[in-house]
Order: sequence, then structure tokens, then C-alpha cells
Amino acid sequence: MTDVPESPITLAPNIGLEAKRDSGSSVLADTPLLSLRALTKHFGPVEALRHCDLDIPAGKITALIGDNGAGKSTLIKTIAGIYSPSSGQMFWEGEEVHIHSPHEADDLGITTVYQDLALCDNLDIVQNMYLGHEETKVGLLNEITMELETKKLLRDLSVFTVQSVRQLVGSLSGGQRQAIAVARAVMRDAKLVIMDEPTAALGVSQTQLVLDLIQTLAGRGIAVLVISHNLTDVFAVADRIAVLHLGTLISSGPASDYDTASAVDLITTGGTTRDRSSHSSAS
Amino acid sequence: MSDTVVTPTGLEGDGSLSPADVLKARFKQLRRSDTGMLPIVVGLIILGAYFEIRSPTFLSAGNLVDLFVQSCVFILLGLAEIWLLLLGDIDLSAGWIAATGAAIGAILLQSSFNWPWWAALLLAMAATTAIGTLQGAITIALKVPSFIITLAGSLFWEGVAIWLIDGQNNGGAISIHEKVLYGIVNLNLSTTATWIVSLAAAAGMSFLIFYKDRSRRSSGLDSVSIYETFIKIAALFGLAIVLVLIFNTDRSTFSVIEGMPYAVPLVAVVLGVYSFVLSRTKPGRYLYAIGGNVEAARRAGVSVNRYRLLAFALSGLTAGIAGLVYASQNGVSDSIPGGTLVLYAVAAAVIGGTSLYGGRGRMINALIGGLVIATIYNGMALIQLSASVELMVEGIVLVAAIAIDSLARRGAAKLGGS
Repeated sequence: MTDVPESPITLAPNIGLEAKRDSGSSVLADTPLLSLRALTKHFGPVEALRHCDLDIPAGKITALIGDNGAGKSTLIKTIAGIYSPSSGQMFWEGEEVHIHSPHEADDLGITTVYQDLALCDNLDIVQNMYLGHEETKVGLLNEITMELETKKLLRDLSVFTVQSVRQLVGSLSGGQRQAIAVARAVMRDAKLVIMDEPTAALGVSQTQLVLDLIQTLAGRGIAVLVISHNLTDVFAVADRIAVLHLGTLISSGPASDYDTASAVDLITTGGTTRDRSSHSSAS
Repeated sequence: MSDTVVTPTGLEGDGSLSPADVLKARFKQLRRSDTGMLPIVVGLIILGAYFEIRSPTFLSAGNLVDLFVQSCVFILLGLAEIWLLLLGDIDLSAGWIAATGAAIGAILLQSSFNWPWWAALLLAMAATTAIGTLQGAITIALKVPSFIITLAGSLFWEGVAIWLIDGQNNGGAISIHEKVLYGIVNLNLSTTATWIVSLAAAAGMSFLIFYKDRSRRSSGLDSVSIYETFIKIAALFGLAIVLVLIFNTDRSTFSVIEGMPYAVPLVAVVLGVYSFVLSRTKPGRYLYAIGGNVEAARRAGVSVNRYRLLAFALSGLTAGIAGLVYASQNGVSDSIPGGTLVLYAVAAAVIGGTSLYGGRGRMINALIGGLVIATIYNGMALIQLSASVELMVEGIVLVAAIAIDSLARRGAAKLGGS
């Protein structure tokens, strides 16, 4: 495993490039939505993440792959504000941020769709979509607006297999539940949607539903970070791949730089002899 | 919007379905979907028919009014339980909280204290609300099941209630002389007032139904056809008229007693307000969410502890109201069956369709369940069955209700789930 050089702490990514600013936009045009630099996380003596550098661009699907225990969950939980990094920096839209809670992450636009989906089976789709953020009219729930908006959003995201938005979520299939959880994130104006093993428990057609949805998200300019064990799915949709091995981000780059064999090598051994870059690249 | 009106029956059309089509499709939908309270309502009708056959005075106006009044306490305690059952919690002390509230109210109305009626009743309800909140706070702080805390509470508040009542040195009983508390159960609205109140209530509910159905239709959402709206409204008025006729029939042989006892509109108002809060406000929505998946609710940003505490408080308040109605009916004595009452309360809620696991149920469940319990209670007394048989029957009814509900749910899942 090659040593990752310490990044200078005070530099923001892409500094030195000519800033291209649209009128009214404060984000450098080539800046990734989220950048991690030398991100490290300790739990006592255990180093779960070590000097991770990662760029997550908007409108692209980044797949995070790695063996069990490599630190994938820790990494996304750190991004999502559940953990605070022990050291290192996070840059959101080019500016350094410190995320101390999931609430702060949510405010920035980072939403995580968990494996257990955090949906209430006893509530219907509309009620789940708006849970915690209901629309009200004179203090009462505005069911009509919420139902119309939910239908519209599901249509926009090309989720057509759901018969009625008033179906209880408990009666939906696994893929549909994923779709609802993702749609919920979109409704909350997520800019970065993190998905943890979204297709793990799904059959073929449901997997396709979810993969299509992920691509729809990217098409809308949302950054998607997907953890997946399933390399078939990864290569089906990912624009970029990042490999975690024993807490270090040993490799990242465009998906075209990888294939199944080299990916497996990187995951299991931390290196590959098959002509793949084995040092982290910043873009 | 180019959406055609899609009725919940799954039929698509331009809204010009005949009433026959609507009825047929509705029936099919009922079979497929959550049958809700239908089996229980049918059961209630069968029970009523049975008792009427065994004792022809069952359906007399006088007996029916008695039945409605008897059901008030069960309904109110059922409502108290539902606040917590929806969360997946339970209150085993509801009967004794009610008794404590009744004791406080009755004592303050006695000549030795002579509080004005509104002050005594308000304090009694405030006290029971505080009790509920306290038990909720302990449950939340200690992170233990409410079952245990309220079990302890049932012992504690039984002690408090008896201590209060016996402390009056009145032979363990306090009779109610004050007019308002006495009047809840024993005094009636005039026949005219009964008409006005009932028709106004029916009209109010009809307006809400009409408005809701119409908004849905005009927004292009799935909605019921206009026929169904009118059927619902007609049924509502029909029911109101039947009830008024029952209440307004002179039910006394010696003098004239007619009109609706005050307890009935009291329970109706409580039921109406609670139903409204539960189905149309954010706190109500959050209670369902917490009962369905507390972790999901938490991640969605719902302050879980705040709403749990609110539910405990409301449960306590409702138990207090139930206690005052009980006092009005039976006076206050140290032999109030607080333990039995709470069992009936939970039974009423569950028979009516509330799930013990949380997340499922509506306030109206307490109404149907309370009526079922009262029907058995009343009917058995009429045919002079012993109390022991009555207890056995109620146990069987409770099991039957849960069994029917469980089977219906499994059937619905098989037929209707996607």
C-alpha cells in the first residue's frame, strides 16, 4: 500500500485555477460538490479511516467499494454528520465545513438513504415523504398539496410502478420502498444523496428500478454516492469509483479506469498489478 | 390536469358511474382492503339482536339510553388508552387515575371545601393530566416499558384514591350533590336542544365530509364519486335522527324523562376533538409515526420524547374526564373497580380495532369498542346472567375481536398488497 502524502492543511482544492464564476454563483465551476482531504477517524486506538482524499462531483454517480470492515460505513457516516472526523478537512461547494450533526448535514443538502430505509410501514407514501416536514394550511395538514406534490415528484423521477400514493409503505416491494426513500431525499432538496447498499436485498427488476432512479438523480444534477458490494451494479451505473481498503482510500477515478478484475484486486489486496493507478487522484 | 377521476375502487371513468356501479365496486374494495371496523360493527348488531331476542326490553328507549350512558366511561377510558396504544405503549393505571380524579373532584365539591364546580372539575382534570405526564416522564427518562411504570402506577394511584376517599371519614363513600357533576349523567338536554345539537353535529360533520371530498375531486386526486358523498351524508343524518328519537322518547313510567343526557354530547365533543387532532394535525401524525417506526421518526427530525410525553398527558387528562363521568354515574367510593375499568378500557380500544403493537388505530375505535363492552354488560344484566358468566363472555369477545382483526389483516395483505 503506497503512502499517501500529507496534504497541506490550508489549501482548498483547485486553488490556483482561474475561478470561473457565473453571475450569482459562488462556486468555482470545476469544484467538486464535496471534497475530503486527509480525512481521518479514530475510535479510541482503532483507526477506521486514514487520510482519505475523495472528490464527489455533482451530477455524477460515485461508487464506494471495499471489503467488509474497510470503513465504507464510517466514511459515509462522517460525511452525514453522525461522526466528526478526528482530523482532515471537508469542503462543500469549495468552502471548508465542519459537520457536527446529521441536522447540519441535512441543512447543507446531504441526505443518507439507509439500508433499513427509515420508513414507517403504517403510514402511506405521502405521509412518509413529508414526515417531519409536513405542509400545513392554517395549522392543519394540507393533505391535498402534499399528495399532488408527491405524485408529481414520483412522475418526475419516473417511478411509475406505484399504484397509489395512498398505499401504505408496508405493502410496497423492496425496490419501491427504496424509490420512496430516495424520492424523500430529493423532495428535501438533497444535493448529495448517499445510498448504503441500495440493491442488496432486491430482485432483478427491483434492482433495475433503483439503478434507473439513481441515474435519474444524477441527471437532475444531484451527486450520488453509492456503497455497493455488487460490482455488476457498480459498473452498470457508476461514473466514478473509489476503493477503500483497511480505512484508506487507495484508489479513485473514472469508472472506465477500472474493470471487475482490478476492482476485486484492489478490494481484497489493496493493490493491483493490472495497470491501475494505485495512488489517489484528486479528480 | 388531465388525470381522470380515479375512484379508490380502481375504476377509471369520467365520474359518471351509476350508484349501482359504485356500490358494487365499493363492496369489492372492502373485501380487498382494510375491513376496519366492519366485522366489529356487524358483531355489535348480532349481539344486540341476540339480547333483544332474549329480553325484549333490550331495545327499548329507556334501556338504550342506559346503555349509551354506561358506555360513556368505557369510551372515555378507551380514548385515554388509544393515545398510548398508538405509540406502542399502554397505561395500566388508567382506571385508578380516573378514580383519583373522581375523588379529587368529589372532595372539592363537598360542603367542607365548597369549591365552585368549574374549579373543582378543572383541578381534578389538571391533577390527572399531571399524573399522566409524570408517568410518561418516568417512562421516558428511565427508558423502560410503560407497562411497568403504569403497573406500578396502578398500585400507587389506587392507594392514593382510597386514601383520599377514606380520609373524608364518610364511611368510604362520597355522594355527589353538586348539580353540574351530578347532571353530567343524570340530567338531560331538553328535547328541542337534543334535536338542535344532534342535527347541528350531523350538519357539521357533513360539511367536513363534503368539503374534503369536493377538494379532492377538484384537485384531480383520487376521490369518491358525488353519490358516495351523499350516501355518507344521508347515513349521518339518518343516524342522528334515529338517536334523537331514542333519546327523546319518554323513558320514565312515573314522570317524564326525555332528552339526551349531557354525558353524550360531552363524549361526542371529546371524541370529535381527539379524532380531529389525531388525523389532521402534525402532532397526531407524529404519534402514528412513532408507533410505526420510532427510529424513522427520529431520523425525520420528529422530537420523539416530546410527543410521547404529550400522549401520556392527554391520556391522563382523558382518564380524569372518565373518572368524573363515573362519579356522576355511581358516586365516589373506595370500592371503585379501577382494575376492572382499565381492562375494559384496553378491551374497548382493541375490540374497536386499535393495535397493541402501535401505529394502528383511530379514536372512533373506542366508540365502537365501548359500545360493545356496554352492550355485553347491559345485556347480560337484563337476562340476569351472573357476573362470573359476564366476565367469561367479555374475555371471549376480546379474543374473538383480536382474532377477527388479525385474520382480516392477513387476508387483506394477501389480496391487496403489491
